[in-house]
Amino acid sequence: MNQDKTGAQSETVLRLNGITKRFGALVANDAISLDLRRGEVVALLGENGAGKTTLMNILFGHYVADAGHVEAFGEPLPPGQPRAALEAGIGMVHQHFTLADNLTVTENILLGTVPLWRMGLGLGQAKARIAQLSKDFGLSVHPDAKVGTLTVGERQRVEILKALYRDAKILILDEPTAVLTPQETDALFETLRKAVALGLSIVFISHKLHEVTAIADRCVVLRHGKVVGEVNTADTDRHALASLMVGAEITPPEVSPATPGRALLQLRDVSTPSEGAVPGLDHVTLDLKAGQITGLAGVSGNGQAALSDLISGLRMPQNGAMIIGGADQATWSPRLAVHAGIARIPEDRHHTGTIADFDLTENTILETYMDPPVSHAGWMNWSAAENMAQEVIDAYDVRCPGPSTRIRLLSGGNMQKLILGRVLERNPKVILANQPVRGLDIGAITYVHNRLLAARDAGAAVLLISEDLDEIIQLSDVIHVISEGRLSPEFPRGAKTPAELGLWMAGQGFDGDAHAA
Amino acid sequence: MRLEPIAHPSLARRLGFPAAALGLTVVVASLLALIAGANPFATLGLILKGAAGSKFALLETLNRATPLIFTGLAVAVAFRAKLWNIGAEAQLYGGAIITVVVGTSALAALPTLPLQFLMGFSAALIGALILLGPVLLKTRFGVDEVVTTLLLNFIMLLFVSYLLEGPMKDPMGMGWPKSEALDRSARLPRIVDGLRLHWGFALGIICAFAVWIIQTRTTLGYEIRAVGLNIRAARFAGIPVNAVLVKTALLSGGLAALAGFSEVSGLKGHLSLDLSPGFGYTGIIVAMLALLHPLGVVVSAVFVAGVFVGSDSMSRAADVPTYIADMLMAIALLFMVLAILLSRVRVVRG
Repeated sequence: MNQDKTGAQSETVLRLNGITKRFGALVANDAISLDLRRGEVVALLGENGAGKTTLMNILFGHYVADAGHVEAFGEPLPPGQPRAALEAGIGMVHQHFTLADNLTVTENILLGTVPLWRMGLGLGQAKARIAQLSKDFGLSVHPDAKVGTLTVGERQRVEILKALYRDAKILILDEPTAVLTPQETDALFETLRKAVALGLSIVFISHKLHEVTAIADRCVVLRHGKVVGEVNTADTDRHALASLMVGAEITPPEVSPATPGRALLQLRDVSTPSEGAVPGLDHVTLDLKAGQITGLAGVSGNGQAALSDLISGLRMPQNGAMIIGGADQATWSPRLAVHAGIARIPEDRHHTGTIADFDLTENTILETYMDPPVSHAGWMNWSAAENMAQEVIDAYDVRCPGPSTRIRLLSGGNMQKLILGRVLERNPKVILANQPVRGLDIGAITYVHNRLLAARDAGAAVLLISEDLDEIIQLSDVIHVISEGRLSPEFPRGAKTPAELGLWMAGQGFDGDAHAA
Repeated sequence: MRLEPIAHPSLARRLGFPAAALGLTVVVASLLALIAGANPFATLGLILKGAAGSKFALLETLNRATPLIFTGLAVAVAFRAKLWNIGAEAQLYGGAIITVVVGTSALAALPTLPLQFLMGFSAALIGALILLGPVLLKTRFGVDEVVTTLLLNFIMLLFVSYLLEGPMKDPMGMGWPKSEALDRSARLPRIVDGLRLHWGFALGIICAFAVWIIQTRTTLGYEIRAVGLNIRAARFAGIPVNAVLVKTALLSGGLAALAGFSEVSGLKGHLSLDLSPGFGYTGIIVAMLALLHPLGVVVSAVFVAGVFVGSDSMSRAADVPTYIADMLMAIALLFMVLAILLSRVRVVRG
């Protein structure tokens, strides 16, 4: 941390003044003011939906604020012009990278800084400058590598280099650690410390408390679009920050010891083909036992999708066997998976889990519309379907005007509760929960976790896939790590520290390194 | 500028914008008439009179609407599943060919009801088969059905041309490229004796109701809507997406082919190259104006037919080119599509 703030270092480089932004009835930002000083890391802390990303999009000119203004280095920033923000020395590293996979690191960095027809000229000079920047900031990445071949952590370094190459004096990082292993996160923090030492200022957007306390000098807490607190991180602790962020005391779910039963779903030496740069499964053997939560940790894009598709019924094993309830599966499809008693909570609840323009009734019956009482011999019984939806709405506390509401109007948390209800009402034997709480607020997260724990205690075998290592460690009775399609051995609860799991996530510890990606 | 969806559009909004679209269409049509050198009010009056001003005019409009109901339904059914069937024209001609083949064969001696059923059924079957090829190419190999169905239209027209010059040429046709005609006894009867409106129109309305019931009351209708709205979620949920697309195609192709059956058996009596002045393509406009609602298709088919019939009659009386009908259609469609969008979203700055 940068403790010595004297003289020139306290100069204000960025000032947001009374920013207000409405989307229809929703006030995403309500008169938010924020100062950023030279050589300082300010964390913008808040739950999903608190207004962090909206605020940064206004700063960067993607949105126009309804009220308030932005000043950079004392000059007002014209609203709605990303180029003006760039020229004022503001660089943004988005949550989702904006890089071209088929171009090299150097080309990606140069893109947009010089006219396309001049890109070939002065390439050597540009490379030298990139090399110098890499060295100064500890951002090691090969300038001639194609971005498509880089790891997520390396891509993030390219994004940061891109901003630095454009002489950014203010860096905005939107949830930068969401996709990193613990080791990569440490390396990122090292880079950020070097950057502030060189006089840059950083806005660090996050909802992870331990990271905020580790890197930030000051912390601005947002809740429901308002600034609810501004504290020096030295004067506070995680618990106080959490209460500020949520507005209430948080009680993590009580996890009692599991009583595992027999294996309900077994994979024996299963492989699936890789798709482009995304690896398939590589000789995976896995037992999902009754009454146990199996956590799958790993950096995104390491075969989680393949495993999830396999269990969901969307793909067959290329070789190896999948054994469900003791029976080897010769044919396999989503419908067979449903009938085999597998509850599937997909990663993308907006595009895979639900049909946005269907109402709650139609979404509730998506998996069971062929069965009585919802239909008989091809004829729908809509009143039975609506009753079923109403039962789910009542039992799972889905906040909505009624079963005939289109699901696109629901919040992510309520959408997820409907999906949970849809699959858990059938008392499933196996539950596949792929990123079940991503993007939800803390209330909904606790709700989903408690439901999963209750299903476990009722005897279901739960597979929890998450990129959030904290979530895995908190809930899982046993943990596997997946890396490049390979599965680590099973680690019982508490057997490995987060750092040790991080090494596995980075691909260390697997037998033999001769595997091709 | 951004578009922001409105959660619950008011009734005023949902009716107001389409009404405004119709009004604007009339304004633009008047301007066009003015450019053509005619009195706009008189022109619009003549169109209205030509479309619905007399019993004869009205029946002519309903006759013209009949094939549009079928092709409109065919498009509405397919588009609901986001299956872009642009080939209703080809399916129509396929149905027409079979109708002539059956209707001029020995089977023509059958009583009216079984014969008409047989002709209609075989026409629908052939239409379904014509669309089966493109949909299998789509589900198996991902071939774009817009391209295949569109190009099949030209192949079919050339095939019909070949038939009319060759195997199906009417020996008594004095060299005209037309087929042998069906006997009067082998044709669809008129609904009321003496009035020039045949049972094809009634069949169209029955089909519209049947499609409506399929879409709202059956599992197939639910599947079709799910596949159309979000194919990924449908597949994930276990809906057999490919099978649904094939069933949709069979339904759509069959409906389009019934237009050919109805035109040959109900109106023309023979097959010729001018059997359809683009009913297959106009069906797309009909379906879009109806927002893909099967009962709306009947209304919009009558509206579109009325504009064409009325414009024909108007152009004879007022010396304004008939092209005005095509332009009216195009303008009405553009305004209507915009109105539909605006009735569900609002435009906001920033």
